[in-house]
Amino acid sequence: MTDYDYLMIIVGMGLVTYLPRWAPLFFLSRRSLPQWFVRWLDLIPAAILSALLMPVLVTNGEPRHLDFLKPELLAALPTLLFALKTKSLGGTVIVGMLLFWLLSRF
Amino acid sequence: MPGLAASWPICLGYVPIGIAFGVLAGKAGLTPLEIGLMSVIVFAGSAQFIAVSMIASGAGAPAIIATAFIVNLRHLLMSSALAVFLKPETRRKLSLFAYGVTDESFAINYSRFKAGQWNLNQALVLNHSANLVWIFSTVAGGFSGAWIPDGAFGIDFALIGMFICLLVFQLRGGIYIITAVIAGVLAVIFSLIIPGNLHVIIGSVLAATICVFIRTESNEDADD
Repeated sequence: MTDYDYLMIIVGMGLVTYLPRWAPLFFLSRRSLPQWFVRWLDLIPAAILSALLMPVLVTNGEPRHLDFLKPELLAALPTLLFALKTKSLGGTVIVGMLLFWLLSRF
Repeated sequence: MPGLAASWPICLGYVPIGIAFGVLAGKAGLTPLEIGLMSVIVFAGSAQFIAVSMIASGAGAPAIIATAFIVNLRHLLMSSALAVFLKPETRRKLSLFAYGVTDESFAINYSRFKAGQWNLNQALVLNHSANLVWIFSTVAGGFSGAWIPDGAFGIDFALIGMFICLLVFQLRGGIYIITAVIAGVLAVIFSLIIPGNLHVIIGSVLAATICVFIRTESNEDADD
């Protein structure tokens, strides 16, 4: 891979990353969105975060298959309790890493 | 200052993830300069991880860029959700703000805007301090690759821990919990059927659509 190839890759990636972040802010912020759409968008954060998280916890391999014994899942449950109890982002990250590190040593 | 105060937990999470990324990118043959350039120009954790693994396996630019596009489509939804709160703002500021919309900054900014205790300047401070920390940690990872062993200090769990807590922030009532459960189950099912990352978008769009109907039926909108 030449320097030119690499530059093409990151400029292209930059564009396709920026455009989806930019277009809705630029175009939607000026209009009143219909009520149902605002309600739908309000559910999107919880939906996306869970959709990002769950497959990582309970699937494994390529092609993916179900796996309920991953250390990620075992560490995730107490981490979830900690997050619910403290609502501390920094604390949750640290406790989660510590738990995962301990679990993967035994 | 409130922007900085709200961003430190994200920054704290970005350090191990950024270092992990830098280490992997270094192993794939990228120099610290190249790593830093990618973090500045792209600034998207998961897309960067995927790009590096594709570079390592010899994939070409079109395949890498197309994959980044699909992985990042979810930000379309996030920016749409944020746009609701940013009506009076100038388009120039919004264009700058767009650069820093990540899963993490989105989750924090959205909760704060929703609670009515946030403005765009504070959100910009949060985005850009997270961005700076990301750039520095990825470059540091590129330099330190040689002496950080695989799996040290639970680095691989940092992103998962962050997602868990960001999800907890979003569970502000029954309908959000139901949405999260349905989205999680659907995403798992689709991830088993389709390779790649489309299951994230399909699962969350389906779940929000199902639950917007449940919400209208039961009229559970006490918090609006």
